Amino acid sequence: MSEPAPDPFLRIEGVSKLFGSFQAVRDVSLTVSKGEVFALLGGSGCGKTTLLRMLAGFEEPSAGRIFLDGRDMAGVPPWSRPVHMMFQSYALFPHMTVAKNIAYGLKHESIGKDERAARVREMLDLVQLAPFADRKPHQISGGQRQRVALARALARQPKLLLLDEPLAALDKKLREHTQFELMSIQARTGVTFIVVTHDQEEAMTLADRIAVMDKGQVRQIGSPTEIYEFPNSRFVAGFIGSITAFEARATGRDGGNLLLDVPALGGRVAARDVPAVIEGQPLTLALRPEKLRISKDRPAGANAFEGLVKDLAYFGKDSLYRIVLPSGVLVAAHAVNARRGDEGARVADWDDRVWLSFDPAAAIVLAE
Amino acid sequence: MAETRLGRWFDRKGWAGLVIGAPYLWLLVLFLVPFLIVVAMSVATKTSTAPPISWGGEYPVLSWESYTRVLSDGLYLRAFLTSLVNAGLAMVLCLLIGYPMALGLCRVAPAWRSILLMLVILPFWTSFLLRVYAWMGLMGRNSWFNGLLTDAWNLLVPMDWAVKSIPMMNTNFAVVLVMVYTYLPFMILPLYASLERLDPTLDEAALDLGSRPHQVFLDVTLPQSIPGIIAGGMLVFIPAAGELVIPTLVGDAASPMIGRVISDEFASARDWPMASAVAVMLLLLMVVPTMVYSHFQARAEGSK
Repeated sequence: MSEPAPDPFLRIEGVSKLFGSFQAVRDVSLTVSKGEVFALLGGSGCGKTTLLRMLAGFEEPSAGRIFLDGRDMAGVPPWSRPVHMMFQSYALFPHMTVAKNIAYGLKHESIGKDERAARVREMLDLVQLAPFADRKPHQISGGQRQRVALARALARQPKLLLLDEPLAALDKKLREHTQFELMSIQARTGVTFIVVTHDQEEAMTLADRIAVMDKGQVRQIGSPTEIYEFPNSRFVAGFIGSITAFEARATGRDGGNLLLDVPALGGRVAARDVPAVIEGQPLTLALRPEKLRISKDRPAGANAFEGLVKDLAYFGKDSLYRIVLPSGVLVAAHAVNARRGDEGARVADWDDRVWLSFDPAAAIVLAE
Repeated sequence: MAETRLGRWFDRKGWAGLVIGAPYLWLLVLFLVPFLIVVAMSVATKTSTAPPISWGGEYPVLSWESYTRVLSDGLYLRAFLTSLVNAGLAMVLCLLIGYPMALGLCRVAPAWRSILLMLVILPFWTSFLLRVYAWMGLMGRNSWFNGLLTDAWNLLVPMDWAVKSIPMMNTNFAVVLVMVYTYLPFMILPLYASLERLDPTLDEAALDLGSRPHQVFLDVTLPQSIPGIIAGGMLVFIPAAGELVIPTLVGDAASPMIGRVISDEFASARDWPMASAVAVMLLLLMVVPTMVYSHFQARAEGSK
């Protein structure tokens, strides 16, 4: 991942927002470079939408500043910002046709009638809706409405496009298709996107970088891989994907590995070294289900633990096992169903004794 | 009941038919039949006995005389014109006053909204006549209200324009003023109903796309509230055009509204065919534009 340029396109500096005594956003600082797709990810009430509304100009920050392309946005009303928004509900004007909706923002630009019509046509082509230009919003499908909303927001060639839960209102199949379409439109137009979403998969597939938010604060900023593989906290590790977390204590070092005492796993665990950790420090060991291997026989090497299959959920492409350890702790583990066959082809079945093992590099060590 | 054939028939479809049919029956007996009687009277000839037609009585001669007189006599045409102008003015003023109020109702905090809505409806709790009499008191030559307006007028205009009191009573101004006061809730409520349904994110979308607040109102709010404007306009215009009590109490007797004409024809002139003809024409004047509107409305709905 390339580092943001020294003078970033969008700079948010210590922004906070208070609604009465409720602090919706607290001291958020981040930068976004030109042409980037940046996701604000978090659960409901985490402040992501408030942050987006401050970028659009619907809310003024209680503290902090926002710079867009070097210009301080304080006091700039929404109608003067080179920022457009695609609303979660799309907010299409029901009394206007698709073409009029797309043309709406253009009437404020000092361009001729012909150029305006050409721009609308260009936008209609971009989102492949030319045959629907004269329809009203209620006469087209949900996916088409989403594309009209996108075209309307892009028509004025904004510097920054804000997308509030862009895919939330679409069904699963359409969402996958639209995801790729959004990315290709972003690549063609080169507009900087800021996507607000509660859906981690949406954030991971769309964004170059993600800011994970919780209770108004940014908990971690990084590429999807960084956030997933190297979470900096138990919150981020648990929010993106799933984990099984264990209390642990650092006992020493061995080669490139950190040695941990993990009572719930009944012994010693080797994990990739984290330089900042000192001996005796209490830590959290987090294991992702897909990083665990399940086998009938004891595997060679360190980090092998015996347990009993308590639960098993078959998803088709893979299965989720819940394995109970002698300490009583339940561990979730994924196994890919690489072979095709009946139930006998599974790695293990209910109440089987199995061995769990993982690579030291796969273990996430968190200092909290 | 369910054991008899009639009972079974009722259980199968009778109840649904009854529920749907009852309002139609109501309209048939209490609107259509009386209306047809009025139409019949309008084409009868004037007789010395007050009702020109009666059950089992002598069949009167069919005549268009009443209609030709309505269309040729300037008195009736002036009365129609006065009614339409007064009702139109009242409708426009109600819209101009009511729209900001309805918009305000939608924008205030929900806790305030129910209180303010109550205040809009509150005047209905006192007698309509009492409220008209109150206005008569206010507008009269010797009232404090008239005195206050007179002082303000005298203060603002040159000396030789000064007046002892402002002549408000028995003018068309008084009629329009009291009609606006009376019918304002009928404008506010449908407007509020149509404005309240609007999605506030549409306003934000328009702001976001570069429109200033007043443009947002013209582009987004106003076009979407047209059904409410039309509903409120009809609720004010139709009863105002046929209004009898207000022009009788505060209006100018020299230029009567059509309701007054109908009343006088029945009561004083005892010319029932004439009164009926005027009533039928007033009804046509109200119903035809409404039907044209709902025809186009249905076409617009159908294309959705």
